[in-house]
Amino acid sequence: MNEQQGSSGPAKHHVPDYRYHTLVVTVENKSGVLARLAALFSRRGFNIESLAVAPTDDERFSRVTVVVDLESAPLEQIIKQLDKLVNVVNIRELHPGHAVERELMIVTVAAGPDRRDELVEQLDRAGGKVLSVGADAMMLSLVGPPIRIDEFEELLGQYGIIELQRTGRVALANLDEND
Amino acid sequence: MKMDGGQALIRALELEGVDVMFGLPGGAILPVYDPIIDSSIRHILVRHEQGAGHMAEGYAHATGRPGVAMVTSGPGATNIVTPLCDAHLDSVPMVVITGQVPYAAIGTDAFQECDTTGITQSVTKHNFLVSEAQDIPRTIKEAFHIATTGRPGPVLVDIPKDIVDPDNPRSALEWTDDVEMDLPGYSPRTEVDPAAIAAAADLIRAAERPVLYVGGGILKARAAEALKELAELTGIHVVTTLMARGAFPDSHDLCLGMPGMHGNFTAVTAMQESDLLIALGARFDDRVTGRLDGFAQGAKIIHVDIDAAELGKVRRPDVAILGDCRVAIEALVSDLSSNGVGGADRGAWRSRVSGWQERFPLSYEQAQAGDALKPQMVIERLRDATPDDTIVASGVGQHQMWASQYWSFEHPYTWINSGGLGTMGFSIPAAIGAKAGCPDKMVWAVDGDGCFQMTAQELVTATVEKIPIKVALLNNSYLGMVRQWQEMFYDERYSEVFLSKDVPDYKGWAESMGCVAMRVDSPEEVDAAIAKANEVDDRPVVIDFRVTAAEKVYPMVPSGASNSELVVPPSQQDQPR
Ligand SMILES: Cc1ncc(C[n+]2csc(CCOP(=O)(O)OP(=O)(O)O)c2C)c(N)n1
Ligand SMILES: [Mg+2]
Repeated sequence: MNEQQGSSGPAKHHVPDYRYHTLVVTVENKSGVLARLAALFSRRGFNIESLAVAPTDDERFSRVTVVVDLESAPLEQIIKQLDKLVNVVNIRELHPGHAVERELMIVTVAAGPDRRDELVEQLDRAGGKVLSVGADAMMLSLVGPPIRIDEFEELLGQYGIIELQRTGRVALANLDEND
Repeated sequence: MKMDGGQALIRALELEGVDVMFGLPGGAILPVYDPIIDSSIRHILVRHEQGAGHMAEGYAHATGRPGVAMVTSGPGATNIVTPLCDAHLDSVPMVVITGQVPYAAIGTDAFQECDTTGITQSVTKHNFLVSEAQDIPRTIKEAFHIATTGRPGPVLVDIPKDIVDPDNPRSALEWTDDVEMDLPGYSPRTEVDPAAIAAAADLIRAAERPVLYVGGGILKARAAEALKELAELTGIHVVTTLMARGAFPDSHDLCLGMPGMHGNFTAVTAMQESDLLIALGARFDDRVTGRLDGFAQGAKIIHVDIDAAELGKVRRPDVAILGDCRVAIEALVSDLSSNGVGGADRGAWRSRVSGWQERFPLSYEQAQAGDALKPQMVIERLRDATPDDTIVASGVGQHQMWASQYWSFEHPYTWINSGGLGTMGFSIPAAIGAKAGCPDKMVWAVDGDGCFQMTAQELVTATVEKIPIKVALLNNSYLGMVRQWQEMFYDERYSEVFLSKDVPDYKGWAESMGCVAMRVDSPEEVDAAIAKANEVDDRPVVIDFRVTAAEKVYPMVPSGASNSELVVPPSQQDQPR
């Protein structure tokens, strides 16, 4: 997978031009399957950036969207080792730029009455929603590509984040990439 | 047909063709032991569950059929974790059935409850926790399928007591003969890519210094015959790793023997100097490659393996062939027969190889009159006094390396050892399992005194069950292999490696377990003792060979060194390489 790699010497780390890579893993919807995935990642020293699991339209299967850190291991090894798990039915690599990726953030931000208008204006621009309003704080939600969520999270820093929860990303291939 | 879960479990094992199983009962698995009384399956009652696991492995190694072990929950299950890990690392097909507390009690820390599937997840190819009696027949079928196909390995099936207990309504099920497997995520691939075969054949035709690097996968693929054809067709030399000893006859002109940390000079050096390594069912283990960035730097790599994750895991191949080794070799033979084996000039290479063989044979200093017994000599005498197809099972340590080096393996499936995990205590139970599977073959365990003390109690099993194995105990009073490292790399500072000169009394111990036992102190007594052992056919035999502790295993690649830094025995150190 890496042409520059000479044939002698160890199979060195494939040096990726991007550090994180999204895999969409279809697994059997059975108890213990998530533990198997997690155990594999820890046993083989594969780091993961995020992991999201949910049932699919077919009740026999669940879909796991996992963002792997290619600094910890070559993508090819991660995929091949995952594929060896008997409960893993299918693995799909989503190349950055060829997939629709979304993440949900809910966040409580310190914002008294004097700063609310400003905050809501920024939230509107980002496409987020106000979930509830308290005396000195607001609870907001935002869905979007992970990078937009990152940006918005940074912006909220100036108000003061009280509590924040992100889901980790889920992804589907672009329509024209479906085969 | 109405049945209970226990009956269904035994029936399912019978349908898989199981003739022997190894185990030890206890509370949670009790209901499954009752139908065993009426079954055609021979159950061998072990003295420790670790023994059951290694016996199942030995059986599988020797027969090619999956080994089966059954134990109770909790301590029974944890006692068999070592054999599971051993089988996982050496790709041994094995099915282990464990009892579990009743399904509803799981998670309550009930008596003898442990999280067996959790504990064994990383040391099995797959495991199952069965929740309903009705699922038992299907799960057993799936377990055998997974254990024996693709890259073989151990599979564990955890069975809660309530689904096998006839007094519990949850154990009732309707038996049907045709159960369908449901494994949507499991489809091992055996066929090979023709383009990859063609590319590999081209590399082989062009290579001037090719070596066939043969691993345990060759044996799992039942590909020894095909390998011989490929080697003879192309005239390419063969090295057989510790897991593949016997896959190619040691007496064959093209056989270079074992590579690796204690490989012989020619096998190690031929790989180092090669321009094409044809890796067949081998995994570039660190014990074979030495320091990786110094390993066979000028070699292109053809790598054939049925496990995709092995291709490129350690060393990136130039041609990767995913699939069954035998299918791949046959395809290569067919390509090379029709399109020619190529005209590369290998004359110079052949003479280099034979030069190494002449200058650096395996050797040790022969004992002079009055000297202590040498362990290598015991192996040579044993080799010469036993039939060609004798099965040798070894423990782990110096004696293992000497057995692998000085035995002459002429047939596949005659060498059984713990390669990947290096499990001390493996040999006696593995030999028992092999003998149970191949009662007509002579089976010798080559054991160390440290190893012997870990699993010797299974000789009781062998006596009671009339499984007449023979044990050559190379007794050097030391954890010899560790002592060797301390001698060479820790300035002869011996820390916790001396066992004892006088205890235990191995002869007395063996006799108390029902064995014929002998003690041999001098070289002159060796042949007579072996001859006497070979006569015994109704009970196990143990010979306590009192060997010198001073011998070291040579050659040796020091840990962390490159294979080019192989240390040869003192007598060869002045030879030009
Ligand atoms: C269960 C286990 N514990 C520890 C080791 C580490 N170890 C490897 S070889 C060895 C010494 C084996 O001693 P012995 O059986 O007497 O064989 P020898 O080397 O003396 O021939 C030890 C302790 C091991 N391989 N397995
Ligand atoms: Mg010893």
